[in-house]
Amino acid sequence: MANKIPRVPVREQDPAIRATNFEEVCYGYDLQEATLEASRCLHCKNPRCVAACPVGLQIPDFVAALHEGRVAEAAAIIARDSSLPSICGRVCPQESQCEGACVLGIKGEAVAIGKLERFVGDWRLEHPEAVTVETAPPSGRRVAVVGSGPAGLACASDLAKAGHAVTVFEALHEVGGVLVYGIPEFRLPKERIVAREIEAVERLGVVFERDVIVGRTVTVSSLLDEEGFDAVFIGSGAGLPRFMGIEGENLNGVVSANEFLTRANLMHAYDARYDTPIHAGERVVVVGGGNVAMDAVRTARRLGAEATIVYRRGEAELPARAEEVHHAKEEGIRFRMLTNPVAVLGDERGWVRGVRCVEMTLGEPDESGRRSPVEKAGSEFELPCDVVVMALGTSPNPLIASTTAGLETTRRGCLVATDDGATTRAGVFAGGDAVTGAATVILAMGAGRRAARAIDAYLRAK
Amino acid sequence: MFTILEKRLLAENIYAMKVAAPRVARAALPGQFVIVRADALGERIPLTIADYDAAAGSVTIVIQTLGVSTRKICALEAGEALADFAGPLGRPSEFVHLPEEELRRRRFVFIGGGVGTAPVYPQVKWLHEHGVAADVIIGAKNASMLIYTEQMRAVAGNLHIATDDGSAGFKGLVTALLEELVAAGNRYDECVAIGPMIMMKFVALTTAKYGLKTTVSLNALMVDGTGMCGACRVTVGGRTRFTCVEGPEFDGHEVDFDEAMRRQGMYRTHEQRAAAIEAERAAGHQCRIGLDN
Repeated sequence: MANKIPRVPVREQDPAIRATNFEEVCYGYDLQEATLEASRCLHCKNPRCVAACPVGLQIPDFVAALHEGRVAEAAAIIARDSSLPSICGRVCPQESQCEGACVLGIKGEAVAIGKLERFVGDWRLEHPEAVTVETAPPSGRRVAVVGSGPAGLACASDLAKAGHAVTVFEALHEVGGVLVYGIPEFRLPKERIVAREIEAVERLGVVFERDVIVGRTVTVSSLLDEEGFDAVFIGSGAGLPRFMGIEGENLNGVVSANEFLTRANLMHAYDARYDTPIHAGERVVVVGGGNVAMDAVRTARRLGAEATIVYRRGEAELPARAEEVHHAKEEGIRFRMLTNPVAVLGDERGWVRGVRCVEMTLGEPDESGRRSPVEKAGSEFELPCDVVVMALGTSPNPLIASTTAGLETTRRGCLVATDDGATTRAGVFAGGDAVTGAATVILAMGAGRRAARAIDAYLRAK
Repeated sequence: MFTILEKRLLAENIYAMKVAAPRVARAALPGQFVIVRADALGERIPLTIADYDAAAGSVTIVIQTLGVSTRKICALEAGEALADFAGPLGRPSEFVHLPEEELRRRRFVFIGGGVGTAPVYPQVKWLHEHGVAADVIIGAKNASMLIYTEQMRAVAGNLHIATDDGSAGFKGLVTALLEELVAAGNRYDECVAIGPMIMMKFVALTTAKYGLKTTVSLNALMVDGTGMCGACRVTVGGRTRFTCVEGPEFDGHEVDFDEAMRRQGMYRTHEQRAAAIEAERAAGHQCRIGLDN
């Protein structure tokens, strides 16, 4: 039986070597491996994987096509529901979505759906002509998309396919949002993958304008009233870093994960040809347990530091993708679980010399369903380090909401929007982290696509 | 790409560049800044806006060569282009939101130190265009390091010059000149000081004695300039603020200048440290607090 074949292992860079470079960790499947892995799918009558996918990707269908060697068909099936398969195949938390729901996972190992999606996505980047994209005739309508991250890219692609003229405004000098400034090269190659996914969006006729900060350079209102756009989609993400509010947080050597990763990723600070500096020190403590924390700690390791994760809950509660935690451990990252910083300690010159921490135990589950950590009395200790990276999550930037009349926000600073992305202002739509707070690439992409459908309907009714 | 329309040497190592940036020019207001990247390998660095012309679509920046990135920018000539020029960033000066009547009653004294004189200009010019004649003090090491004196004279009420060596105007620090002006009976409602951190710190200490409201413009380190990185954290009134989105102008009496100066030095190379010490001397200060960090 097909499911007797063990999950096809994926080739990866040797941990000892990759901990010293920024090249991609995982090599992915080749055609033979992908076809073999695809043969493991049971083609369940009620595919639980599809229900568990935020964009409802027709997983058994594309896996079947791939199994039979019809890669172009697999790519076409994926393209119906996902605009960025090379990216999602790499960064989706598959273990809690499609693969987590796979029947094979109950007794053995789930089908490596993420790796198969990645294979098909990468194949398509190599064969852009293989899948024809049908584009509707020009509608004569213009849509402004704010932000070029996953939500904006997905929304822009679908709107362009529907025949609308789309301009994407990006605040930074590179297009891609979190795919470029946040997720490191070793997890998501920028030139080989991200840039080419963006080129595919450009081929649909989408225009990108960089260095435009909506809320400062232009406003949502000026785009609608002065620049002649018929609708606006806001996919500006959740870019504001949180800090703990503890003593010593402004010492030299304490940075947000956003700063640390932006220097490394967007600004290429790890590459000597680039001018931007980065300070990794000798001993780095990264506070947090999400994907961003894993990205930061592994970046610090690659810059030559001894790198430690400090997280207030236990290992089972780590919100990061299982694969990232596994990779981090392989690379020699230290994990101090059930530990919480209470103060950053400085030397006489104002530089970090350590973190004072307390040990925690897990108490009752909180509103997120995770057991909430409680301080263990008398457990204070000092953890020496010279750099502290705060990876505590991010919240939406208030810049757009505060400069756009009629846009309501929640108490947490998120834009108020329906499931289809309609905000409280007519003609203005929003989706992704700007609406939900920090979440995942796939959720943002799904929100961008739903908003594109709603915008299309709005424009056709207008 | 953003074409450099004009480049002028204002003083030793200080250049003015007029850059074609129509969107920035249309949106700019006094007090704001831009993020500039010289080329594809360059750093994003924040620079203050020295002038803007919405009709011509141009923005003028004034840069002092302090390190690799500022030298790279200054090495570009008219006709060449900057890779990136993003803005205007930060909040405009508070006074642009004042009702006209209140604005006209307000007596301003501006203090520009060294290259910090350049961002004072658009503020004084804006006030001039709105019927307010502000007093201005320009400080520099010596006469040859003075910048923007003629432009400033055209828009200021009274223009005062202070140089370290007395080669032009008052001999001494801007703070001493301010004290003299107050002693001579000048009364002000607000002081706006822009220059090296150390100058702003001492201006704030001086004006505190008079209970004179003081606004300073902080030149913190930044990467994105839009609130994403938090490199520009500064403590104001005991609270952490982001200079890029909540500033760059803050109440000078509330700013923790010693922390701000220490944080400025976080990525400073030996060479930049030397240049910064020189710049602070040029602005008329011998004090080196924070620079050895």
